[in-house]
Amino acid sequence: MSQAIIEFKEVTKKYGEETVLKNINFSIEKGLFYTLLGPSGCGKSTILNIIAGFTDTTQGEVKLNQKSAENLPPNKRKINTVFQDYALFPHMNVFENVAFGLKIKKMDKNKVKEKVKEALRMVQLENYETREIVEMSGGQRQRVAIARALINEPDVLLLDEPLSALDLKLRTDMQYELRELQQRLGITFIYVTHDQEEALAMSDEIFVMKAGEIVQSGTPVDIYDEPINRYVADFIGESNILKGQMVEDYRVAFGGNVFECVDGGMKPEEVVDVAIRPEDLVLVPENKGCINVKIDTQLFRGVHYEIIAYDAEGNEWMVHSTHKAEVGKQVALQFESYDMHIMRIGETEKEFDERIEAYTEEGNR
Amino acid sequence: MNRQARKYFFIPYTLWLGFFVFIPMALIVYQSFFNIQGEFTLENFITYFTSSTYLSMTLNSIVFALLITVFTFLISYPTAYFLTQAKNKQLWLLLLILPTWINILLKAYAFIGLLSQDGSINEFLAFVGIGRQQLLFTNLSFLFVATYIEIPFMILPIFNAIDEISPSYISASKDLGANQWETFRRIIFPLSMSGVRSGVQAVFIPSLSLFMLTRLIGGNRVITLGTAIEQHFLVTQNWGMGSTIGVVLIVAMFITMRITREKKKGRHKE
Repeated sequence: MSQAIIEFKEVTKKYGEETVLKNINFSIEKGLFYTLLGPSGCGKSTILNIIAGFTDTTQGEVKLNQKSAENLPPNKRKINTVFQDYALFPHMNVFENVAFGLKIKKMDKNKVKEKVKEALRMVQLENYETREIVEMSGGQRQRVAIARALINEPDVLLLDEPLSALDLKLRTDMQYELRELQQRLGITFIYVTHDQEEALAMSDEIFVMKAGEIVQSGTPVDIYDEPINRYVADFIGESNILKGQMVEDYRVAFGGNVFECVDGGMKPEEVVDVAIRPEDLVLVPENKGCINVKIDTQLFRGVHYEIIAYDAEGNEWMVHSTHKAEVGKQVALQFESYDMHIMRIGETEKEFDERIEAYTEEGNR
Repeated sequence: MNRQARKYFFIPYTLWLGFFVFIPMALIVYQSFFNIQGEFTLENFITYFTSSTYLSMTLNSIVFALLITVFTFLISYPTAYFLTQAKNKQLWLLLLILPTWINILLKAYAFIGLLSQDGSINEFLAFVGIGRQQLLFTNLSFLFVATYIEIPFMILPIFNAIDEISPSYISASKDLGANQWETFRRIIFPLSMSGVRSGVQAVFIPSLSLFMLTRLIGGNRVITLGTAIEQHFLVTQNWGMGSTIGVVLIVAMFITMRITREKKKGRHKE
């Protein structure tokens, strides 16, 4: 097992009376792409600032390479940051910006030149050395910022919403580039974003955050397929979330019917949230599916139609379909037992993991 | 608001500029070509550039103005820097600006009170046994008081320049391995240069023509170009010569502006 290069143990951060981080625990392994995902103000940037050394903790311990990071100033950490506004020095040109870290280390001039050239080649900005920062576009500045950070050969690269200022096309291109760069260099990336698509596309592991806490952590597929609660299901992708009630293990009631499902380990009669992804719903003729609905509106989204329908109980259903539907028509929704994802209300990640382990063991017996 | 109406708002400023800037400047240039007998001549300029009195006076003015600027800078830069770090920086700044609201003449008289033979400072020196010293009417006292008066004009632009530096540049510098001193030397100081330039302009140019202080504090031992202009207009009534020195000062002002101007970036624009 590879060793953790960053570890947070029960880290709490308060600004005056306001608690911005509550009892954060996680460990970061070498060479993976991590994403801290959450809405603005959830504390994700604070975690980044603590790792970089710009902010101290109120309680708890932060370890870098198994050693306590307390009192270690940012300039002594083998961690570099790509700032949200890039923070490229306006009085220096591209070369001077990229060479900054090496000049501080008093590296030999010829070697600096060589390394800057190499770093710029890495971000596809060859021969841009003498450009001024004001002459560079947003995407180019972004690359300069990445080159400036990576030239120091950090153990960890922190990226604070680096794509938020770019337009959609460039943002998508940069996602590929960042992922490719990370895999080629094998440096640990910790990426902060509020954009779930970016997180899903690039990460090895995602930490979903809410109001100063990590709600769920896992691979993009885990988090997408097995969100632990309404918040995660809603934040990552689109979901139809309905109130339901467990009849017994593997049987859930909602929308006036009882369905077979693949989840268990709850108390009988327990009220739960049932999530079904819109792309898992199939429209079939009336009375031929699991639940009858009436189509209300339809939007053409390019790759699919986004259809809103209501069932007899007034629940709203979102369906993603490549086939066009007819507004006002009575149809039925078809879904399989494994499309339903059942979430206990107020369950923590730890309880969730324990329950899954318990009932799958039971099922295997 | 239509464009026509907006034009009228420029009238007061245009009038002001015309009557109190352009016409006086034109008059000064015009006057400088007339000698004391009222004849059109280049005599004034020839006198100015050949007379050792005027040349040494010019040199004197420049040296004093330079010294005042340097001393003001040495005191103002650290002050401005620490002010930006202070908790109630706006309050501290206000306290520093406060003295500029008091008339310069009043401040000069206050210093006479402090520095004179039986002023507070000499009282103190006598009390501790050093004995009374000649403080007033020395080069040092002139420099001291002139520096004191100019300090706020230097602090303000430097403070604004440092205060405007985005904190993310400082974070970035530390992130890239620079310590406090290197961050200051490589990031904060270069980025505050625009403020230093404005400060130098605001101090150096007026210092070239200080004349009230030279008399009240310097006791007319320090003769600057300002003193010379005053003397020519009020005492010798040689307006032509006074104007010539005025022209020299205006040219000096443009040279200073030129030297301290910001270098344009972006040569490689495609």
